[in-house]
Amino acid sequence: MSASCPTDTRPRELRVAGLSHAFGRDEVLAGIGFRLPAGEVAALVGPSGCGKTTLLHLAAGLLTVQEGQVSNGFDTTAFMFQQPRLLPWQTALDNIALGLKAAGLARAERHRRARDIGLQLGLAPRDLDKFPHQLSGGMQSRVALARALVLAPDLLLLDEPFSALDVGLKEELYRLLLDHQAARAMGVLMITHDLMEAVRLSDAILLMAPAPGRIVCRFELDVPAAQRDDAWVYRHTAELLQNAVVRDAFGMPPLMTGAGAAGEPAAGTPAAGEQAAETPATGMPAGVPSTSALRLVATPESAPARSASRCGG
Amino acid sequence: MRLLRAWAAGLPAYLWSGWGAIASLLLLFAAWEAVSLIYGPLVMPDPRSAFGTLLGLIESGAAWPELAATARRAMSGYALSLVAGSFLGLLAGLSMTASMMSRPLVTVLMGTPPIAWLVLAMLWFGASDGTPVFTVFVAAFPVIFIGALQGTRTLDNQLRGMAEAFRLPRRMMFTDVYLPHVVSYLFPAWIAALGTSWKVVVMAELLATQDGVGAALAVSRSHLDTAATMAWIAAVVGLLLAVEYLVLEPIKREVERWREQGR
Repeated sequence: MSASCPTDTRPRELRVAGLSHAFGRDEVLAGIGFRLPAGEVAALVGPSGCGKTTLLHLAAGLLTVQEGQVSNGFDTTAFMFQQPRLLPWQTALDNIALGLKAAGLARAERHRRARDIGLQLGLAPRDLDKFPHQLSGGMQSRVALARALVLAPDLLLLDEPFSALDVGLKEELYRLLLDHQAARAMGVLMITHDLMEAVRLSDAILLMAPAPGRIVCRFELDVPAAQRDDAWVYRHTAELLQNAVVRDAFGMPPLMTGAGAAGEPAAGTPAAGEQAAETPATGMPAGVPSTSALRLVATPESAPARSASRCGG
Repeated sequence: MRLLRAWAAGLPAYLWSGWGAIASLLLLFAAWEAVSLIYGPLVMPDPRSAFGTLLGLIESGAAWPELAATARRAMSGYALSLVAGSFLGLLAGLSMTASMMSRPLVTVLMGTPPIAWLVLAMLWFGASDGTPVFTVFVAAFPVIFIGALQGTRTLDNQLRGMAEAFRLPRRMMFTDVYLPHVVSYLFPAWIAALGTSWKVVVMAELLATQDGVGAALAVSRSHLDTAATMAWIAAVVGLLLAVEYLVLEPIKREVERWREQGR
């Protein structure tokens, strides 16, 4: 598989170019292209069924690339699935150590590392000896996160792993994830259909639209994730939700004239309100005030002309 | 080794939990005694005389050779079906076509009464050990085959994907992902097949051989010796229960500890 053999010459980044994929006659992805350097968190955002999971599986090398290129320059890649997917016949500790065992580490050493990371992620020592069915859903997610992080990956691929958790638990796991990400300059590519999650965690948001799946927009968030507070996240999520391209991708009706101004949560500048009111007519992205930390960037690599033109104005 | 230690440690608690089973067995003995009181000892001897006869058979040394012969045949047939059934079942489970084709065949095998196989076996193997061994094999094989087949067919795709994502080597894929799952299907099938073997061997011996428990039953029947008949039946059932509940069940509990409560 193309994702698993790093060489010294390749830069430490994930590069996807001209990637298309079809299941039978169903075109799932068309002309996907982006670059994820080390230390960046990118979120793939889009409605259900737009091919996000297929894209992630291609990036992980779990599917064979049909057309285009996926080049993974990172040394180690770890994957976290939507469900915990723990082996029911192994204890939490053995589940965490699974990847280490596959890498050929001795039992004592892999258990030591698994125990360390498990405790860091808030598992109690006695939880580590339990079988998955004896753990709550939140604990299972911690085990799954630990199983990925114990490999000390340079690239972490996340397939909506937090979508089934309650708000408090999500916040805690976000924090744990960001701590690890910042400490090791790990590249993270995550799937989510929760815009708030994307705004909280990522440095770049890649917006996907369905049928066939393609990247229509790229937003960059300039404030480091650790410095974002709740108000910042709410404000920018709301901003994103008022963007015409985002609304279109998720199949939401366009904003009524003036609704952008009314919906502006934090006292937005009047200029921003006017801009939002004007833009749907001209096809410009709406609701992105010039003072915002959220920057809309056209994606030159995404092929379909119509989306590129809509995105870039 | 770990399994052995766990088995020994769990035994007292496990035996203690057997009180309910013992109570219901004693109720059965009470019903047995009632029947013998009503119909007389020729139709049904009371439990005491049956167990007395059994004790006599054991003390005189007459019981052991017969039981050993029966056990040898049952175990030979069982071992054959265990190896062949597990192996072929796993193999068939790997291929969609093979499992679709083998399912009706196995259903036919299962539906054919063991007595029909016995008649064929008597024609093929005569009065040798081959007859009971073959009959046991044919009766136990489909049970194990189906267990192995279902074990492989129901492998979880999600876990397989996870194992691929974590780059599990082939050997680990087998020992950590496939094997535990398949064993959870195979083990119950093995236990069910053991019961089948033990029952079928006695039937085969009754008609086809000169020694073994089945042959002894045939003799006691011709002598109208119901006490001896009941004694042999008690011996066979007692042995089966002992093997199943003292050896296999505790192992099963230990092996499938991860399933407890969950389902």
